[in-house]
Amino acid sequence: MTALAAKRRHPAAFAFLLLLALLVTGTAYAAFAPRPAQAATLGADQVVEGKKLFQANCSTCHGLNAEGKSLGDGTEAGPALAGVGASAVDFQMGTGRMPLAAPGIQAQRQQKILFTPEQISQVAAYIASLAPGPAVPTSSDYDPATGNAAKGGALFRVNCAMCHNFAGSGGALTRGKYAPSLMGVAPKDVYEAMVTGPQSMPVFNDTNIDPQGKRDIIAFLQTVHDSPTPGGMKLGALGPVSEGLFAWIFGLGILIGCAMWLGQKSA
Amino acid sequence: MSASTSSRPADALRDGDSKHAAPTSKAAQKVGGVAGWIDDRTGAAGGVNYLLKKVFPDHWSFMLGEIAMYSMIVCLLSGVFLTFWFVPSAGEVVYHGSFAPLQGVKMSEAYQSTLDISFDIRGGLVIRQIHHWAALMFTVAVSAHMFRVFFTGAFRKPRELNWVIGCILSMLAIVEGFAGYSLPDDLLSGTGLRAAEGFMQSAPVVGSYLAYLVFDGPFPGEAIIPRLYSVHVLLLPAILIGLFTAHIVLVAVQKHTQFPGPGKTNDNVVGYPVMPVYAAKAGGFFFIVFGVISLMAALIQINPIWGYGPYDPSPVTAGSQPDWYMGFADGALRITPNWLEFTALGYTVSLNIALGALGLIPVFYGVAIAYPFVEGWIKGDKGEHHLLDRPRNVPVRTALGVAALTYYFIFMFAAGNDIIAIKLGMSINDITHFFQATLFFLPMLMFWITKRICLSLQRHDRDLVLHGRESGTIIRTADGKFFERHEDLDPYTRWPLVQQDPVHPIQLESGVDANGVARKGARKERLRAKLSNFYFRDAVNPVTPAELAAAHVGPGHEAIDAEPPTHEIEPDKVDGRMGIDAVHDDSHEFGSSTH
Ligand code: HEC
Ligand code: HEC
Ligand code: HEM
Repeated sequence: MTALAAKRRHPAAFAFLLLLALLVTGTAYAAFAPRPAQAATLGADQVVEGKKLFQANCSTCHGLNAEGKSLGDGTEAGPALAGVGASAVDFQMGTGRMPLAAPGIQAQRQQKILFTPEQISQVAAYIASLAPGPAVPTSSDYDPATGNAAKGGALFRVNCAMCHNFAGSGGALTRGKYAPSLMGVAPKDVYEAMVTGPQSMPVFNDTNIDPQGKRDIIAFLQTVHDSPTPGGMKLGALGPVSEGLFAWIFGLGILIGCAMWLGQKSA
Repeated sequence: MSASTSSRPADALRDGDSKHAAPTSKAAQKVGGVAGWIDDRTGAAGGVNYLLKKVFPDHWSFMLGEIAMYSMIVCLLSGVFLTFWFVPSAGEVVYHGSFAPLQGVKMSEAYQSTLDISFDIRGGLVIRQIHHWAALMFTVAVSAHMFRVFFTGAFRKPRELNWVIGCILSMLAIVEGFAGYSLPDDLLSGTGLRAAEGFMQSAPVVGSYLAYLVFDGPFPGEAIIPRLYSVHVLLLPAILIGLFTAHIVLVAVQKHTQFPGPGKTNDNVVGYPVMPVYAAKAGGFFFIVFGVISLMAALIQINPIWGYGPYDPSPVTAGSQPDWYMGFADGALRITPNWLEFTALGYTVSLNIALGALGLIPVFYGVAIAYPFVEGWIKGDKGEHHLLDRPRNVPVRTALGVAALTYYFIFMFAAGNDIIAIKLGMSINDITHFFQATLFFLPMLMFWITKRICLSLQRHDRDLVLHGRESGTIIRTADGKFFERHEDLDPYTRWPLVQQDPVHPIQLESGVDANGVARKGARKERLRAKLSNFYFRDAVNPVTPAELAAAHVGPGHEAIDAEPPTHEIEPDKVDGRMGIDAVHDDSHEFGSSTH
């Protein structure tokens, strides 16, 4: 027998074994627990860098630890971000919506993106490290070439047209909010918008619209955007309002002009 | 119309007019031979001759009706083309045509055939777009034509009946357009039908039965498209053409009205005879209208049904609007507040829907149809009118018309509240509230503004007649005074400014007779006097010859202006009040009939 066997009844042995067991289960849980795909690939320093960026740029509204911040009068400066996922951050920062320049009715897409893709992925890593959420999609997730535009059109009309209009040219919501035009929005942004549901837009998770359906929708939007317009100019694709306005102003205007011209030609 | 200043009928030749010589060339003789052959068998020459010798006055606003007429003809022609391919059926098919984004999608035969017209039939798309643009231009021109007739008082006796026909035509045109818009069975037209079904259901008591009757069961069913098709290509076109013919025949029989001007009186028509001048102009104008519509159809997309996708009751798209002519009803629906829906005796009464969607069109057209009769009654005017009013000379009518149009356009723009919201970056709720509020003050405000403008224009006219134009020449008199010389208007310019009848509100007789017994109809008379007062209280009347004469007796004026104080506009026209046709004895009734 060895000294180890002799010491197995030592009072400290129980504590030691308990520690060991905890360590093993903990590690095993960490290894097997369901988690976002990117978690394993993100380095710890990514998260650290991301946290720094976040605290410098976002914490005024979202709180130092992204726990959200209320303004006291019942409204919030920014919502809690644990669980929104890397995808939400990538969408919000990648379209310039965040950091919000000023509180308004709705965060809007901005021309100028303040952060590099590298910095955005760092902040995304940090938010993803707080709690699991939708990951940033890979290019095969949103490749329009793998989608069926006809099916996508049907899905789009059922799920999106009521807010974004049949041609994706945008529509009004209540109290000054609006669903923006989707023409020229990058496929990745479309995918991320569906999985994260920015602001008034609902989330379309994989049980609502499966990944293939999402690609179909993206393919549909791409087709609408790229295809020539049969029949001539679109007048903004806003439906009968612009057509009526055109008939009154230009149609009638031109015809009255002709009538006046004809009236001046006497016998 | 008793005494007439001349016995010459309105379309007869005047002294000095030369008759057209009979055609003498060989070809012309041949044509004449054929015409004679036809005439011998139909007796058409008399009627044709009558029509060809008719005289039409020239003014651009008289062409609005023609634009409507020609657009309707374009609708008819292009519509016939569409019927060759359109399949009015709700039967379900799977699309395999050449429009890739809809490959393999389930749709109705109606929608499929419209896609085929658009993509697989040569020239189909442009004809579809011609049909739809022509429909929009038709309704636009009909409305503009109505405005013209209203503001110039062309609806007065003897043309009230034609005004009524015109109103019905305008209403049917709207319905015809809506029926056509609903045919292709795309997402927008289906949404429109869904809304129409809801409107029918909102009718108190009979609503649900009505909807079942029209749709032959629950929405959408298979019956509505074939039914709408018969209405759209058969029933309504037949009624439209019939009424339109009556409309035109009445214009020919009653002759066209004209604006007042030198030599243009209540019993002549000054213009060109149909043959050859007017026919050439009108024929040419048809091609202009057709050409402009075709150009629009060739360059600008309309109703891109392939974009809306096939109808399916579950989706709706943002920006669901009807064509503009249905807009005012849709807008009324959008701004009617929701608290108008309530339950009574266990039944839901949806006044929030019924008022705007069902009530507005009948009310609107009812008021329009009644107007000529109401105005005639208020004025006690039984005379015939062939000379148009200048809108400023009837300030209250003009202002009422503008107020009514304000209502109309508020409703119409309210139908675009979501588009306005997104284009101007405003809140749709605020816009809706804004429209609701404007309904209460804007029409009154526009009434007041318009009336003021008319009155000041009239005063300006008076001023011009009395004091002439400022000539810019400063005269110094012998005793050192300065004044600017005013140039008198020449009689031709002056005539349109002074020709109208003076007007006065009716004086109310006492409501009791000599014995203190209440008169019959006294209350009606009181109402009439009140309305008359509303119309004519602050009337600005045209300058009378006496006033004109008095104005010319000013200092210094006589020295420059040697014209005699009485200005004869037209020697045969002066009968004490300047510019009032002698024929118009009956118009003296205004003031005199009641006192
Ligand atoms: C001026 C205040 C403000 C700043 C600064 C700000 N945000 Fe936000 N953020 C908001 C508000 C408010 C919302 C909620 C928007 C809404 O729902 O209408 C929001 C929403 C978000 C969301 C979406 C949450 C969800 O539920 O999908 C993300 C992600 C986000 N912010 C990330 C960031 C990041 C990252 C930064 C820093 C780069 C940042 N925000 C800076 C105010 C701010
Ligand atoms: C309830 C209305 C609603 C529905 C339904 C909806 N959206 Fe949205 N969508 C919005 C609003 C509101 C925004 C703007 C959010 C913002 O600005 O942060 C938006 C934004 C987007 C954006 C971002 C556009 C940009 O400019 O960055 C995309 C992409 C998008 N939606 C796609 C879709 C798709 C695809 C669907 C259907 C699967 C859909 N939406 C359904 C309301 C809606
Ligand atoms: C003067 C009145 C008319 C008006 C205002 C009118 C209006 C319309 C409108 C707005 C549409 C929808 C077109 C679209 O964008 O697809 C339509 C469709 C149609 N109309 Fe008419 N129309 C008129 C007369 C006619 C006539 C006389 C016919 C046939 C003889 C006709 C045949 C059709 C057919 C077959 C369609 C469906 C085909 C399609 O939608 O492409 N229309 N009409």
